[in-house]
Amino acid sequence: MNMLTVSGSPHIHGDNETKKIMYGVVYAMIPAMLVSVYYFGLDALRVLLLASASAIFFEWVIQKYLIKGPVTITDGSALVTGILLAFNVPSNLPSWMVIVGALVAIGMAKMSFGGLGKNVFNPALVARVFLLISFPVQMTSWPKPHAIINGLTDAVTGPTPLGIVKEGLRAGQTMSELKPELPTYIQDLVGQMGGSMGEVSAIALILGGLYMLYRKIITWHIPVSMLLTVVIFTGILWGIDPQHYADPVFHLLTGGMLLGAIFMATDMVTSPMTHGGQIVFGIGVGVLTILIRIWGAYPEGVSFAILLMNAVVPLINRGFKPRRFGAKPGVDIKTS
Amino acid sequence: MISAVILYFIASKFKVYEDPRIDEVEEALPSANCGGCGYPGCRAFAEAAVKEAKENKSIESLFCPVGGNDVMKTVGSILGLEVKEQEPMIAVIRCNGSHTNSPSKVQYEGATSCAFAHALYGGEGGCQYGCLGLGDCVDACDFDAIHMNPETGLPVVNNKCTACGACVEACPRDIIELRKRGPKERRIFVSCVNKEKGGPAKKNCAVACIGCGQCEKVCKFDAITITSFLAYIDFQKCTLCRKCVEVCPTDAIWEVNFKPRKPKEPKPEASADKETKQVAEVTEKTAVVKDKEQQKEKKEEPKENKE
Amino acid sequence: MTGRLKTFTLGGIHPEENKLSAHVPIEVLPVPKQAVIPMGQNLGAPSKPVVGRGDQVKVGQLIAEASGFISANIHSPVSGKVLKIDNILDASGYKRQGIVINVEGDEWEESIDRSDNIVEEITLDAKEIIDRVKQMGLVGMGGATFPTNVKLMPPPGKVAEYLLINGVECEPYLTSDHRLMLEKGKEILIGTKILMKALNVKTAIVGIENNKPDAINHMTELAKGFEGIEVQPLKVQYPQGGEKQLIKAVLNREVPSGKLPIEVGCVVQNVGTAYAVYEAVQKNKPLIERVVTVTGKGVRKPSNFLARIGTPIKDLVDAAEGLPESTGKIINGGPMMGKALTSLEVPVVKGSSGILLMQENESRRKPESSCIRCSKCTYVCPMGLEPFLLARVSRVGNYEMAEREMIMDCIECGSCQYTCPASIPLLDYLRLGKTMVGAIIRNRKKN
Repeated sequence: MNMLTVSGSPHIHGDNETKKIMYGVVYAMIPAMLVSVYYFGLDALRVLLLASASAIFFEWVIQKYLIKGPVTITDGSALVTGILLAFNVPSNLPSWMVIVGALVAIGMAKMSFGGLGKNVFNPALVARVFLLISFPVQMTSWPKPHAIINGLTDAVTGPTPLGIVKEGLRAGQTMSELKPELPTYIQDLVGQMGGSMGEVSAIALILGGLYMLYRKIITWHIPVSMLLTVVIFTGILWGIDPQHYADPVFHLLTGGMLLGAIFMATDMVTSPMTHGGQIVFGIGVGVLTILIRIWGAYPEGVSFAILLMNAVVPLINRGFKPRRFGAKPGVDIKTS
Repeated sequence: MISAVILYFIASKFKVYEDPRIDEVEEALPSANCGGCGYPGCRAFAEAAVKEAKENKSIESLFCPVGGNDVMKTVGSILGLEVKEQEPMIAVIRCNGSHTNSPSKVQYEGATSCAFAHALYGGEGGCQYGCLGLGDCVDACDFDAIHMNPETGLPVVNNKCTACGACVEACPRDIIELRKRGPKERRIFVSCVNKEKGGPAKKNCAVACIGCGQCEKVCKFDAITITSFLAYIDFQKCTLCRKCVEVCPTDAIWEVNFKPRKPKEPKPEASADKETKQVAEVTEKTAVVKDKEQQKEKKEEPKENKE
Repeated sequence: MTGRLKTFTLGGIHPEENKLSAHVPIEVLPVPKQAVIPMGQNLGAPSKPVVGRGDQVKVGQLIAEASGFISANIHSPVSGKVLKIDNILDASGYKRQGIVINVEGDEWEESIDRSDNIVEEITLDAKEIIDRVKQMGLVGMGGATFPTNVKLMPPPGKVAEYLLINGVECEPYLTSDHRLMLEKGKEILIGTKILMKALNVKTAIVGIENNKPDAINHMTELAKGFEGIEVQPLKVQYPQGGEKQLIKAVLNREVPSGKLPIEVGCVVQNVGTAYAVYEAVQKNKPLIERVVTVTGKGVRKPSNFLARIGTPIKDLVDAAEGLPESTGKIINGGPMMGKALTSLEVPVVKGSSGILLMQENESRRKPESSCIRCSKCTYVCPMGLEPFLLARVSRVGNYEMAEREMIMDCIECGSCQYTCPASIPLLDYLRLGKTMVGAIIRNRKKN
């Protein structure tokens, strides 16, 4: 008989594992990956593979040669970051920019903070914003969705629905004038619209979200609070002046709203720890997104909104503690 | 401009008077802020020193272990007081329960914390007084003076030790003690803190002190006392004559940095641990020699007068 | 009686139950050849021996006295000659003072009623009951081993409204309380009645988890014959057996932080304690034996033994057909809160509810990795704490922050470490933090 082990209790462990959580997120992203290849062709496949491979490669290089510590590339977190980075860029982005994005995401936003679990900002979003600011032209030339069954590549680019609305409203047009230029809601749901690779198909993203809810990887608090805030905020504006404000459904289905709500804002490392805090976080992201979309310079605000709220998370964690057992006094106690 | 003027007036009106000697004393201190003196930081020590000098006309109760006698002399001269020289001390690990001497009977899994393991059980080797080898002492040291030897599972103290006492406090089993460094860094101590009777003690560790009393009998200077089956050598009375080391049946008493004696027949059952002891002695010796060389390189100050 | 399932609402987990010995009736284990009785068998001060080397003792004779308010008497579980009073290895992992008795025969004290008949009438009054409980060395049999007589004397100003009998046994693998309820149900309820009299309460509620339907039915039937006793079935959730969680589940009252259950008018006792109270008051029998489960996936004969205190655990394992070759860990108690032992040469004590022999492949922990801030530990903590934060600050030594964040509320149930996807030893660091903060608080009180 081998030597006995002595350790503190508990002596049993549940099924949870970091690896299982990370790969669960990867499985949830499969529908959106498939849709992106369907509408954006082999270019999308190129970006997906390149982003994932470079993210994993950079994490390996940094862990093995720079930090000289344990190498944890098999835990799936670099893969998740790679795929999310791919989801946040247009499918015609030059390869070298994708690699730079991966380096920024892993090296700057994740490793320099201390590695997994220690980063303050969502790595994929940091990379997206970095690329957006550094290469604004390439990051905003959106390829027109072109169903793969109709043939392979199509080099035509066009604006996103949000871009159309922003430019149009600025130019003095009203919503009803812009309507014919915008895709229908069905097209938005399915993914036949311009945009970055992962954000186009609402259905694919929602499917992924439901899978993650089932696997208990995310809870409903952040997506629901964020989307509800958006609906209410834009609903009020649209109710006041439907000609100059897009309706809530439009806001929900276009741009990175659903991608942000389901995959980016719910990132465990960079979101608050308690449900109360998460709801406040979601509300904050919703408000900031709409502020930027309507009054800001950019047509899309989700990335900035999430990064700004990431910065506030430590404060939220301080303020929102779980309910302590015994914090409320008991009921009806005899005292004599 | 206006705010600058306002700030100037506020600064001069609310200025707190401080004895300028506090700053001078603080300058002289090593700025390690280690707490070894018993005060929270070098500034607090400086304030206490000036206070003691004013109230009691003496700073005998204060000592900076990191700065040592040199620094205390400087502090004394700033305050215009005589300072007695104190013996330099070093932290000593009083356990030799290595993996060879006290082989593991179980394997431990859990937090790398001696404090935690101490509350959990006696130890992998079975001796409930012995070193747990998880490194709370190493974590506590601010001076890079103590490191874990992975082969033996015991900590080793090198010459950087300033006897600040952090490791002594960190050890949950009081294994580490501050003792005199001794002339030429020679020291003798009982490398065991096991208070069990001889039989059970020896069952768990080959080099345990069994409380047999041979050392106490042979010591001509009354330096050794036995309490609860454990011998203790008082370093104030010990003259380093080494008689106790020869007589100890389990090799529990260590002599450090002595020239090797005329070789005797090695005791058959103790050969394994003699090796360990010699390895440790050599490591310590080379540490001392290396350090001395570094010191010679750094300063031209003659240290020969100490020998 | 109340049939709806209740449970506590904050946190909790549901580990695999593995009640391998639930259907095995209690087997009386023969007396050992040598009994080793540690002096530290209860919460509080260890007892002081009152016998010496060479003394002859009988079963039930007083061999050690309570030394202080929070302490208990110890009675000899065997008859024979005292060999020595020495330091012996006990379940704490350390050698502590204990009495070693060489067993000769099985002679009992005459005052103990050894007959089988169940005595229903309670002739003693409240004060006499408490004195008898104290005399007989009764402590909490659920594992906490708090001296029972102290629990029966609420501090001035506090009045007990409810008596809760803990038949939950939420730890996986353990079945001693289950079998006790099935086989000695009536005695347990008489013991409950005695406790009710001692505390002067009108209502007692027996909490039993839903994975023991036979016990629930049996006890509900029996309780019909007792006024004021109800049985409350509970939804299976760990750690429902914890006092505070049980009170919340049954009565929906929360014990305030840092306070005892009496603060909300409750006193909680284990079913084993209730049975021991019956034996002490009705049969004049001190606490000298208890039911211990021997279990584990590799154990050939999972069993529930009625063993004398002081029996070496080795005897119990031998009676369960030996130590499996593949044993990797020996646990005194259940897998969530039990203590890992270094050898089988440790004796059964008043709080030993079970011995779990874990296979090698289950005994090693998964490697630790980085915290991913998933907050699962926070969701499962039954006390509403943040284990990730408390473990982190304890690890770095920031004990002031640990105290501020209520680390002393931790009941050490282990739900956090069980759930952690990164396999961080959260409870190890929590315990370390609690020890250090406890010392700081004690020092503060002294000054």
